[in-house]
Amino acid sequence: MTLREVLDNVKGEVICGEDQLDHSVELGFATDLMSEVLTILDDDILLITGLSNIQSIRTAEMSDITQILFVRGKMPTPNMIELAKENNIVLMTTQFSMFKTSYLLYDKGLSPIY
Amino acid sequence: MDKRYAIPSGDFTHAGQASSEIKRLLKQLNIPPKIIKRVVVSLYEAEVNVVAHSLGGEVLCSIDSEHIKITVSDRGPGIPDVGLAMSEGYSTASQEVREMGFGAGMGLPNMRNNSDEMDIKTSPEGTSIFMNISFKEN
Repeated sequence: MTLREVLDNVKGEVICGEDQLDHSVELGFATDLMSEVLTILDDDILLITGLSNIQSIRTAEMSDITQILFVRGKMPTPNMIELAKENNIVLMTTQFSMFKTSYLLYDKGLSPIY
Repeated sequence: MDKRYAIPSGDFTHAGQASSEIKRLLKQLNIPPKIIKRVVVSLYEAEVNVVAHSLGGEVLCSIDSEHIKITVSDRGPGIPDVGLAMSEGYSTASQEVREMGFGAGMGLPNMRNNSDEMDIKTSPEGTSIFMNISFKEN
């Protein structure tokens, strides 16, 4: 599923990384717990989270995750966006809950890690 | 090559800066990406621990052609029960730390899982964690 399709499926919008929306992602992981993200061995996953702070971007950076989808309309701060741009991380947001977002993307073929 | 970074207590905005710099450096040295990930995940967890639990500390990374040796030391108050702290799910983290997405009791076990060698020395005066990660892929 391309990131453009991710956005279509969850009626989301891109915050930064518009030029990378044709990138395709196969795996998704939904959590607010960054320690859990840091235990994942797969790299190219879509991180779905309601945690919008600088540590969510740092965690993605350390985990080689290049796309984050914030749920419940969470909007990153300017310094989060700056850090994401430095690390070529695409930031997206949707108004839907984590539960609904996960269902919609799973239903369209995004695979779970576990 | 030695790199040293100060880690202020309680300053979550800067947690991860040392890991970020080490990541860039290891990329320049053409270290395999899977090894870089093991290093920076271990280091980042350690940085978060110092910010979250200690009175402040520092990271020393010694890099040669075969290894990175990381020593993370802080100024206390120490880990009361290392055995408990090493078990997954046990945490003494504050609500503030949990709101940052940490404090799930996974940090030390994750550091151990990503290191080839790990040693913890702790007392009320401070904790020192040594980690050694080889650049050779298994």
